[in-house]
Amino acid sequence: MLDLYSPGSSILHRLPPAPKMLAMMFGATLLFINQSLPVTIVATLVILVLYPIAQLTLKQAFAQVRPLLIIFVLFFVVQWYFSGLELAAYVVLRLAALILLASLVTLTTRSSDMIDTMTRGLRYLKPIGVNPEKVSLAISLALRFIPVLAQITREVREAQKVRGLERSVIAVAMPMAIRAIKMADDISDAIDSRGYRS
Amino acid sequence: MDTTAPRGLATKDIVYIALFAALTAALGLMPPIHFAGAALPPISAQSLGVMLAGAVLGSKRGGLALLLFIALVAVGLPLLSGGRGGFGVLIGTSGGFLLAWPLCAYIIGYLMEKDTAASPVKTGLYVAFGGIIVMYAAGIPWMAFIGKLGLSKSLTIMVAYIPGDLVKVVLATIIARGLRRAYPNL
Repeated sequence: MLDLYSPGSSILHRLPPAPKMLAMMFGATLLFINQSLPVTIVATLVILVLYPIAQLTLKQAFAQVRPLLIIFVLFFVVQWYFSGLELAAYVVLRLAALILLASLVTLTTRSSDMIDTMTRGLRYLKPIGVNPEKVSLAISLALRFIPVLAQITREVREAQKVRGLERSVIAVAMPMAIRAIKMADDISDAIDSRGYRS
Repeated sequence: MDTTAPRGLATKDIVYIALFAALTAALGLMPPIHFAGAALPPISAQSLGVMLAGAVLGSKRGGLALLLFIALVAVGLPLLSGGRGGFGVLIGTSGGFLLAWPLCAYIIGYLMEKDTAASPVKTGLYVAFGGIIVMYAAGIPWMAFIGKLGLSKSLTIMVAYIPGDLVKVVLATIIARGLRRAYPNL
């Protein structure tokens, strides 16, 4: 499955996921606590410098904040109008820095490595009843189900097109949901009949 | 629920949890629906997955399904509508809404379990409570906090999304009731 990973061999790519995530959370917290505009500007620049170090382009950096551009403009205008230019710049820049920092981890870490780290971390939650094997099973099933559901939707939509119903949301969603549940029942029977003990 | 085994979740529960996590992801693949022209923002079908998970699976499994979905987003899979994913989205302006999804599904499921013979209108009210009120109650203060906006200003921004959410409540109610009729002991 396609993830947001950008292949590379930089130091950020080679760092294991756990320390990288911890460092990111620490940095994000600091960004949040800090209240000054100059510090936020410096932090943003430092994060932007990390992009070339991680063999990423500034174009990729911009692509991370682009979906939020409209919200940024909205926030900026509202803040400027009510609280002045400095606060407006601080709020929007801090938000951009947070997203750039978090994206740095996402872009340099494979989802599969992150999932491995996560499921390994789950064994510490065993005392409160979390079963890492069950979580792994749920993760692999969910990833497999996404394309299957898209396929079921296509088939149902084609079948309803013959009846002239392809534009009716319920006429497509209802059979699709029932087929999905039936598939899930078949799969859980198949898993159990192969001796998976839950 | 027919599976109240003393030791955790049965295989069937795990498969259902994975199915509804995947359903929420698959709904994100649908292009956002534009209605009322440019007057209202486009609505994504994705929070329909939240409502359905709660209304169909119940509190525990519904909440876990969305927890799984959020975990998959956090590890960097582009499962949110528009192909977004990663920690950045979760701590961004709409992070409060997304992180509230497991709780929303749990609450819808809890209300449905309390009142198994709910009428269509009541089912709709339960779905609306979890899927709109709880979600906004978490998402709007988050947006106000992270953007240093006042609560009332954030609320004004979100009012535009309410019509789309009401459409989703109606859809979720019809689908959930249909599924419950087709599979009484889901």
